[in-house]
Amino acid sequence: MYFLITRLLQATIVMLCVALVGFLVFQFVGDPVLSLVGQETSVEDRDALRESLGLNDPIFVQYFRYVTNAVQGDFGISYSFNRDVSEMIADRLPATIELVLLSGVLSLMLAIPAGIYTGIRRKGGLAQTIMALSVIGVSVPSFLLGILLILVFSVWLNWLPSFGRGDTATVLVFDSSLFTWDGLRHALMPAAVLCLFQLGVILRLIRAEMLEVLRTDYIRFAWARGLPGKRVYLRHALKNTLVPVVTAIGLQLSSLFAFSIITERVFQWPGMGSLLLHAIGQSDIPLLAAYLIFVGLVFTISNLVVDAIYVLIDPRIRHGVR
Amino acid sequence: MFEKIRSDFWYELLNSPVTVVSSFIILMMVIGCTAAPIFAPHTPFDPATISIMDNNLPPVWEAGSDPRFLLGTDLQGRDVLSAMLYGGRISLLVGLGAVALSVVIGMAVGLFAGYFGGMTDAVLMRIAEIQFAFPPILIALLFNGILKATLPADIFSQAAVPIMILAIGLAGWVQFARIVRASVLVQRGQDYVTACQAIGLPTFSIILRHITPNILGPVLVLAMLQIAVAIVTEATLSFLGLGTPLTEPSLGALIQIGSQYLFSGVWWVVIFPGTMLLVMVVAFNLVADWVRDYLNPRLR
Repeated sequence: MYFLITRLLQATIVMLCVALVGFLVFQFVGDPVLSLVGQETSVEDRDALRESLGLNDPIFVQYFRYVTNAVQGDFGISYSFNRDVSEMIADRLPATIELVLLSGVLSLMLAIPAGIYTGIRRKGGLAQTIMALSVIGVSVPSFLLGILLILVFSVWLNWLPSFGRGDTATVLVFDSSLFTWDGLRHALMPAAVLCLFQLGVILRLIRAEMLEVLRTDYIRFAWARGLPGKRVYLRHALKNTLVPVVTAIGLQLSSLFAFSIITERVFQWPGMGSLLLHAIGQSDIPLLAAYLIFVGLVFTISNLVVDAIYVLIDPRIRHGVR
Repeated sequence: MFEKIRSDFWYELLNSPVTVVSSFIILMMVIGCTAAPIFAPHTPFDPATISIMDNNLPPVWEAGSDPRFLLGTDLQGRDVLSAMLYGGRISLLVGLGAVALSVVIGMAVGLFAGYFGGMTDAVLMRIAEIQFAFPPILIALLFNGILKATLPADIFSQAAVPIMILAIGLAGWVQFARIVRASVLVQRGQDYVTACQAIGLPTFSIILRHITPNILGPVLVLAMLQIAVAIVTEATLSFLGLGTPLTEPSLGALIQIGSQYLFSGVWWVVIFPGTMLLVMVVAFNLVADWVRDYLNPRLR
């Protein structure tokens, strides 16, 4: 419990720091009054506006106000779209989430069996091939991979669409392109690009952990007791590789969000990443600050969840044994 | 650091053809790119020497090519090979510069935290831990993006290279700090450190003259690995339009320029810089792997 409370405190501090950076970006850039008023506005009117916007307050009061608004989901109005920033994020969020989920699930479904397999059959031809491929997966920059896929599958073979999200359909409350055939065709290449890097990392980690665990005494005893291979590998060995793997998966999940910026740019996927790049290009500070805070939140929460899972799966942490 | 070069250095190196080839490739790229003005057949970014009439020429082995342009030209008639050499120069500069910055910051923090321990250690390492939770590429991207959004456009494009070195360097110091701190904790307990303290050497010189040389091995390995990461990060930022300006493109920016004309069948503007980037990254990774094995005492 103590462990989780310190983590929660730490997470709060991190979020306050991220909000501070977002707030400072506002402070750093220009005078909001100048961007609001016309040339004919008198000095008195400008001062009145400045006062009514609260820009004359001490800086920490302004920071406090910024945080209070942010907590309530109010990040202001986007300069370039003239729309409520939180609304825009809510609009773009499903596209990013579906991409992240699809590639996350895809990479786990491939990485876990492949990792176990290469860990067990270390010297086999297939295992060697998988490992060689994973080196490529980790080395190729994801934007380059995306472009190569477009070149091969869209330009040369003309099999798959190269940009956009395609048709979407609403199932329950989620409006997603994963529910239509056209949408899936659009999502396939971006998800594959996003998945490949994660796949390599997780696969290699699981393999390394399996190799480590398979050398231990209790595995040899399990063999000596005549247990079937499936039971030894999956029940005894895999279970004990889980702690570092869960950490890695948590970190990877949040880095999927980061890498989705690149993938979304390559495939012109209308998600949060495209929104961020647009905000940077247009110097749209409210949007930029909101994105910063939002991503900070996603990361902090995923780290907290990982910590909570730790407590669940590792009795040593639960009982405070080190 | 130089006592690490053991007598078996050349023996081990020559026993690994992959490493020899990779080192050779890196050497060629470094020479070719740093001396780009000498080797490049054209000056690709000088408007006086390029002609729009030469645009979109394919590489020499394809039909309709021009022997003056070995790897073809882009939409504005710039020679792809020359652009790659000039672009590779920026990529290498940013990659090496950013890693150097990371090493300096990371070593300073790691030595300080590891040697003094206590409160300093707790605070520094907590900061490092927080930053570690965010992927470096995201930090570099946001840092660069915020500066691009807030600085005037002409200042940003003039200072693009230093800003990128700063962004990528600041995003990467944490791993160095962690690895240095862990090594310092081991060294601090050794007798030679106690001896240094006993004869009254100043703390400063114990840290720099006695502990630092003993922890350079892991730092070197990590630095080699990080060069590849930094080059990829730079290419990615430039590809996203956050890095080098299009008047002075790095490899990533070249790929971005080329990617806009994929559908018109102009594949060479993407494929050649992309291949160069890939070969560069893989070569650095392979050499780093060899250095790690070479310095690993367990494999000796």
